Amino acid sequence: MQNFTYVNATSIEQVPSLLGRSWDDAVVMAGGTDLLGEMKDFAAVPRRVVNLKSIEGLDYIRQDDAALSIGALTTLTDVLNHDAVSKDYTVLNQAVSVIASPQIRNMATLAGNILQRPRCWYYRSEDFPCLKKGGARCYAVGGVNTYHAIFGSGPSYIVHPSDAAPALMALGATVKIHGPRGGNEVVLDDFFTLPEMNIRRENILRPNEIVTELTIPKPEANSKGMYLKVRERDSIDFALVSLAAQMTVVNGTCERASLVFGGVAPVPWRAIEAERYLQGRRITESRAESAAEAAVEDAKPMPHNGYKVEIAKNLVRQAVMALAA
Amino acid sequence: MADRHDEARPDESSQSKNKTGTRFTRRGFLKGAGAGAVTAAVAPAILVSEAGKAAAQETEGVMSATVTLDVNGQSHNVEVEARTTLADALRDRLEITGPKVVCDRGECGACTVAMDGKLVFSCMTLAMDAQGRKIETVEGLADGDNLHPLQEAFIEKDALMCGFCTPGFLMSSKALLDANGDPTPEEVREGLSGNICRCGTYPHVFEAVTSAAEKMRKGG
Ligand SMILES: Cc1cc2nc3c(=O)[nH]c(=O)nc-3n(C[C@H](O)[C@H](O)[C@H](O)COP(=O)(O)OP(=O)(O)OC[C@H]3O[C@@H](n4cnc5c(N)ncnc54)[C@H](O)[C@@H]3O)c2cc1C
Ligand code: SF4
Ligand code: FES
Ligand code: FES
Repeated sequence: MQNFTYVNATSIEQVPSLLGRSWDDAVVMAGGTDLLGEMKDFAAVPRRVVNLKSIEGLDYIRQDDAALSIGALTTLTDVLNHDAVSKDYTVLNQAVSVIASPQIRNMATLAGNILQRPRCWYYRSEDFPCLKKGGARCYAVGGVNTYHAIFGSGPSYIVHPSDAAPALMALGATVKIHGPRGGNEVVLDDFFTLPEMNIRRENILRPNEIVTELTIPKPEANSKGMYLKVRERDSIDFALVSLAAQMTVVNGTCERASLVFGGVAPVPWRAIEAERYLQGRRITESRAESAAEAAVEDAKPMPHNGYKVEIAKNLVRQAVMALAA
Repeated sequence: MADRHDEARPDESSQSKNKTGTRFTRRGFLKGAGAGAVTAAVAPAILVSEAGKAAAQETEGVMSATVTLDVNGQSHNVEVEARTTLADALRDRLEITGPKVVCDRGECGACTVAMDGKLVFSCMTLAMDAQGRKIETVEGLADGDNLHPLQEAFIEKDALMCGFCTPGFLMSSKALLDANGDPTPEEVREGLSGNICRCGTYPHVFEAVTSAAEKMRKGG
């Protein structure tokens, strides 16, 4: 890891001025569990690192009748142990419970989790100056693409590695951003961006902006959620495919369905066709099957990752039947 | 060179004319450009001069410093670089070598220590961030010549082969039992899921933790 200048930020307002015009100038660090790995692999070589942990009061979970607000620096362990999260936000609770290991969850923050960088092995290897790092080509094309995307990709084929992001997106969460001109808020659906917009980044955040909070509207009282994750080993591992599902089913009829995949696209991937298909319909085995087909209609698997399509279908089928039961 | 991202995102004024802000997101992608896509928020472009001026006024930060590390109740002053991890500071500077560095990426657990009572990977923690925190390593587990019940149980149950993973497992086991004196086998596995043993001693480790828990409950 290249040495850098380390600054302890003391307030949210101060941060934009500590950051720079480009990601090489400066980056922020929260738990550091992703950033330090990136820096050790020379995927990120910032001149300055701005520590957010030194800012007081960014670590909180507040609940009111309408929403849950989670400060950017809240650790995954604190999210996991929060009563309201386990009671009313099942899909988030389940997603966080399968992230990495106790040590990582103690260190990692919720905002850091949704902002973590790709795990593409070419990206994480110093030997491959790929498009995402400003190079000339994508090594996953024509290379080994077992863990790459089946949706929404090109010219980069990364998958978004976060487990919390699909869950938050399924719940309709918004993210608060603070920049040089103050704050604004955006729904997660509009926060993440595909490589064709900006191949170097995975969301709309600029080099001098930070995330300060995630706000999750309270799910309808009669809705239910769950997170399904398929991985290679059964302990610490990123998702091959995961599905965050939140559904309102009344007397066997689906009133609302929110289905978001992890591990299949450069962003948490909303299965819009499947959601549309389910809305207003009675849930039966064959409807669940058709929804699963609809979910993968647009899939464009690469030579080594066709297996993800089958897993994705299975997860939709499984979640729809479980949440309708 | 200007970051591509700066160009990629429309600023406020161009955005009202050209609503491409969400075109490349999943929703915008499906809706098509400009088809009434709601751009919930697109932050304004920064003004170079403004950012430049502000930055000059701010603290510049440090590339190295002397930090005070409180390890197992003892205070140590050590000069570190910004990039020095807690694992490297402990091992290379203070010769506290219980925490091992195997993967150096947060994957194996060999470098596990407790910081202010919380289990963390010292390979993914900056030494500067450990300043003023209470750090516990495996060296602090025994009480003088009296081994901790977990250490006794690891020996008794033959829970190590090469032993490289053992300090990490001991720290995780201790944190587990501190929080839960009577864990189920499932809870033991989950509690130790951040630690990897390449010699495959897991069954013996789980047995040792369960047996130590029992002993500790009985006050032994
Ligand atoms: C062995 C291992 C296994 C893992 N397994 C999983 C898994 O199964 N599922 C999963 O979801 N994740 C997994 N992860 C990733 C882990 O969850 C992330 O590293 C962690 O959540 C990142 O949070 P952090 O606070 O440590 O972020 P940091 O490492 O501090 O930051 C991550 C990135 O976000 C930026 N950032 C952080 N906070 C902010 C902010 N408030 N505003 C703007 N930018 C910010 C940083 O600049 C950096 O680019 C794993 C990681 C490891 C090492
Ligand atoms: S998929 Fe993206 S990150 Fe991976 S090699 Fe291709 S361009 Fe680089
Ligand atoms: S050396 Fe720190 S987790 Fe492997
Ligand atoms: S005993 Fe050898 S790695 Fe665990």
